[in-house]
Amino acid sequence: MSVMLLFLAAIAAIIIWWMAQQRLTSRPWLEVGRLGQPGGGERSQIPPAKIGLYVFLGVVGALFSLFISAYLMRVGTPDWWSTPIPRLLWLNTAMLIVSSAAMQWAKTEAERGRDDTMRTALLAALATAILFLTGQVFAWRELTEAGYVLADNPANSFFYVITGMHGLHILGGLVALGRTTVKAWSAPASRSLRLSVDLCAVYWHFMLAVWLILFALFAGWANDFADLCRQLLT
Amino acid sequence: MVDIRSDASAAIPPAEVEDVELYHPRSWWTKYVFSQDAKIIAIQYSMTAIAIGMVALVLSWLMRLQLGFPGTFDFIDADHYYQFITMHGMIMVIYLLTALFLGGFGNYLIPLMVGARDMVFPYANMLSYWLYLLAVLVLAAGFFAPGGPTGAGWTLYPPQAILSGTPGGKDWGILLMLSSLILFIIGFTMGGLNYVVTVLQGRARGMTLMRMPLTIWGIFTATIMALLAFPALFVAAVMMLFDRLLGTSFFMPAIVEMGEQLKQGGGSPILFQHLFWFFGHPEVYIVALPAFGIVSDLISTHARKNIFGYRMMVWAIVIIGALSFIVWAHHMYVSGMNPKFGFFFATTTLIIAVPTAIKVYNWVLTLWRGDIHLSLPMLFALAFIVTFVNGGLTGLFLGNVVVDVPLSDTMFVVAHFHMVMGVAPIMVIFGAIYHWYPKVTGRMLNEAMGQIHFWVTFLGAYLIFFPMHYLGLLGIPRRYHDLGEAAFVPESAHTLNAFISVMALTVGAAQILFLFNLVWSLKKGREAGGNPWRATTLEWQTPQTPPAHGNWGKELPVVYRWAYDYSVPGAAEDFIPQNQPGLGGPTREAAS
Amino acid sequence: MAVVLILVIVAVGSVVFHLFSPWWWTPIASNWNYIDNTIIITFWITGFVFVAVVLFVAYCVLRFRHRPGNRAAYEPENKKLEVWLASVTSIGVAAMLAPGLFVWHQFVTVPPGTTEVEVVGQQWLWSFRLPGADGKLGTSDTRAIGDGNALGVNPNDTNGLDDLIIEGGELHLLVGKPVKMLLRSVDVLHDFYVPEFRAKMDMIPGMETYFWFTPTRTGTFEVLCAELCGTGHPQMRGTVVVDNEADYQTWLQEQQTFTQLLAARQEQTTIASSTSSSK
Ligand code: HEM
Ligand SMILES: [Cu+2]
Ligand SMILES: [Cu+2]
Repeated sequence: MSVMLLFLAAIAAIIIWWMAQQRLTSRPWLEVGRLGQPGGGERSQIPPAKIGLYVFLGVVGALFSLFISAYLMRVGTPDWWSTPIPRLLWLNTAMLIVSSAAMQWAKTEAERGRDDTMRTALLAALATAILFLTGQVFAWRELTEAGYVLADNPANSFFYVITGMHGLHILGGLVALGRTTVKAWSAPASRSLRLSVDLCAVYWHFMLAVWLILFALFAGWANDFADLCRQLLT
Repeated sequence: MVDIRSDASAAIPPAEVEDVELYHPRSWWTKYVFSQDAKIIAIQYSMTAIAIGMVALVLSWLMRLQLGFPGTFDFIDADHYYQFITMHGMIMVIYLLTALFLGGFGNYLIPLMVGARDMVFPYANMLSYWLYLLAVLVLAAGFFAPGGPTGAGWTLYPPQAILSGTPGGKDWGILLMLSSLILFIIGFTMGGLNYVVTVLQGRARGMTLMRMPLTIWGIFTATIMALLAFPALFVAAVMMLFDRLLGTSFFMPAIVEMGEQLKQGGGSPILFQHLFWFFGHPEVYIVALPAFGIVSDLISTHARKNIFGYRMMVWAIVIIGALSFIVWAHHMYVSGMNPKFGFFFATTTLIIAVPTAIKVYNWVLTLWRGDIHLSLPMLFALAFIVTFVNGGLTGLFLGNVVVDVPLSDTMFVVAHFHMVMGVAPIMVIFGAIYHWYPKVTGRMLNEAMGQIHFWVTFLGAYLIFFPMHYLGLLGIPRRYHDLGEAAFVPESAHTLNAFISVMALTVGAAQILFLFNLVWSLKKGREAGGNPWRATTLEWQTPQTPPAHGNWGKELPVVYRWAYDYSVPGAAEDFIPQNQPGLGGPTREAAS
Repeated sequence: MAVVLILVIVAVGSVVFHLFSPWWWTPIASNWNYIDNTIIITFWITGFVFVAVVLFVAYCVLRFRHRPGNRAAYEPENKKLEVWLASVTSIGVAAMLAPGLFVWHQFVTVPPGTTEVEVVGQQWLWSFRLPGADGKLGTSDTRAIGDGNALGVNPNDTNGLDDLIIEGGELHLLVGKPVKMLLRSVDVLHDFYVPEFRAKMDMIPGMETYFWFTPTRTGTFEVLCAELCGTGHPQMRGTVVVDNEADYQTWLQEQQTFTQLLAARQEQTTIASSTSSSK
């Protein structure tokens, strides 16, 4: 559970940082009267949807941290043979990076009010993300054909389950991004559209980060870390 | 009164109160069925939770019949008994308590108490309910599926949960259970985002965090915990589904099942337990924190006194919430995990006792020199204090690793968790329903029926679960369909078991009276008016009762004070609503 | 004042029940009276707190219940009181935790010179294995389970050949001799639990767990399974007999070794195959 605890520590740090600004030591019974702006000046100006997304990313982060924790508890047991990393994964990773970059581009263009380039950027992001997913499916097929099937070995099982879970999250993101793209092409950019683009970009960067961590894990770069955790915990 | 910031804030230009674009129902269907109004969703959540909770209650009768009078009821064989405890436990913990506190009370109270028109994401809120309903239906489908529901115990420990020695292990039961949990978690996440963001971003002007009622603090903290803890159950459920359906070995070690070598191997049952309790322990507090918050408000309102040590109460809620993520393995002291963990987890567990104790002190100190109205909500709050203190103290036995060794997996544990997370939160739920029913319906619940309901429930539940500890001390294990012959068990223990069962049936009967009261008072109850308890919090200050769509008339309320201005010296009344600027009444000028 | 009266009855009644109820732990038969003592300390501390809180509530209700014209006092907080209460609580908690951790340390530290006994759980039967003349248990593996080898003893490990195997029978232990119970399961979770010994531990397929204790009096004790293991869970009973030296040796002589078991099995199969072939 070490990775999950690290993740929680990060969340706790954010919460503490936020709470530190909330005057939690004030004596509310002494402070009668108007206090500042809406929410007493303590409500941030970030739109609710964005806060909602951040909270959601916290949940997704917890989910993957737990998968990784489970992986690290199981890795290296006697029946464990590492799954080879299909070459294709490198290409997929590149696709996802491009996709994320395109999202960032779309976001900047949207902020600057350049609708046309924003639309192109959105399309690029959408296309590369779809390519990523297709690539993942091909990578799975390649592995299965090479005999690395789901139930044969825990390494394979974890690989399929975790990449599958990541793929599902990208798929969900694609639905949102797809709707945003359609909206962007059908009407001039509005404030709500710009917000949607912004949200998609945040989500995309987050899923890219998750993917990079997972990739490092499967490639075995995290083994030293795993050993460390095991030493700490057993 | 010190009015430190009123001068400074007078200079601040009135900020534009951004009115949320409110969703407006167009037809009967979107008004009452596919409604996006948090109040309707709250009622839907509550009714569904109570309905499935009744199923769990009936199951508990059947179990008690078997335990009290073993062998009398042929149809409760071992398979059925295990299916009953599993469904009873899971329904009570997740589909009743979690759903009712967060989905029910959370939805109803958050927007009203923080002074918002509705939740920030009404559509997701609606989806949340429908996913919950679907989860309940999938769960209940287990009763009709081939092989029946799963009988793995609510902890669903593998490998047993997915093997044929357990009812439902190789049939539909476990699949339906896991799918239902996954649906519940997805649905809950949608609702949970709403609760959190509404508290963060939906508060009315002047509603600083430290002016929020403790109810909101409890629900808010519990929701954050649930959002972080439920993924662990999700991960465990997904991995178990793979093990069961696709032959992976996440949790499956080499096993000889009924003389046959299984293909799977190498997996770790303990891994599941870690995931399960990483969710399971916070879950206890996910149920407890809203109860803590609500009961604080009940006590304060009905004792006409501000909650004692409000700041401590807030900090305690937050600290308990944080600590509860590093105590999970106290459920695994005798699970065979590395025994060294015992030292760490026993220490963290007993540390949690300190903030919890502080909360108890502050509740009883609120009563001290109060003006205690023994209304039904207050009675239930007192019953909560008694049962919670009792159950919390036996938690010190089980948390103290070595003491847990003889007691774990005995009836002592069953008695402990029923007292602390069964009876105590349910007392709060009842108190809360008696307290807020007038706001939801405009009418009071019938007092006479309420008194009977209270006394039978409180004393009956205490008589069920207090003696039960001693059966555990004696050594009777839990989850025993039939104790059979055991040399160390005296005959008198069977008599006690029979007594407990009779009490369980009596308590159950009282709940039927309560349900009847809920329906009867809808039409026949005394008219309540807008603020029958003369309470300070915002939900009692709505222009209409029950609150109309959008909660507040044209203008959102502005908050001038904290939630606990009861019996303020110099004020005309013994309460000052949160949205009232001055002390009110004739003394107003003099005091300010 | 019905409420006050009932609260007092609840507090006092609980104590009276505790003192006079006939239901109490079974007479101990192991060295773990330390655990019993820790429980007693905990009962005292928690009992005191429970009675104090409930009586305090009762008093408040009696004294401060609503009467016309009453008004509650106004007191948002009292730092000194809160700090004081928190400190006293911390001390009480420490007073329970410290002995607890101390005894836990003993519980998980097996003293030298302890004999080993293996317990194997399966649905819904207890089996046991004792080291043979060499004083060592052979290795085992669930995969090795098969005909004549119900416990999965590794047939290639010479240490295991003289191990005594008791399938589904009684286990005998020597009084006064510390014993380490090595716990193993071949199918699902079980938990080896003898109420008189106070100790218990889950048995997990795929790994080995343990606890140790010293039987302190002779007698026959019932083994219960304390971890849900399927439909037969409550029927999964066994027997442990704590013997004096002479009885123990007699019993030991009657047990079969792994080699004997395998041989017997072989004989049976050859007889079976010869009868079937002659038919
Ligand atoms: C008067 C009401 C209730 C009665 C009579 C009752 C009775 C029982 C009984 C007889 C068992 C099985 C004990 C065993 O054989 O191990 C049980 C288990 C359980 N109950 Fe209740 N119960 C009640 C209310 C509740 C409530 C409100 C909760 C909510 C927390 C709850 C949660 C559980 C859980 C989690 C289990 C464990 C299931 C398992 O072992 O897998 N019960 N209850
Ligand atoms: Cu716990
Ligand atoms: Cu069992």
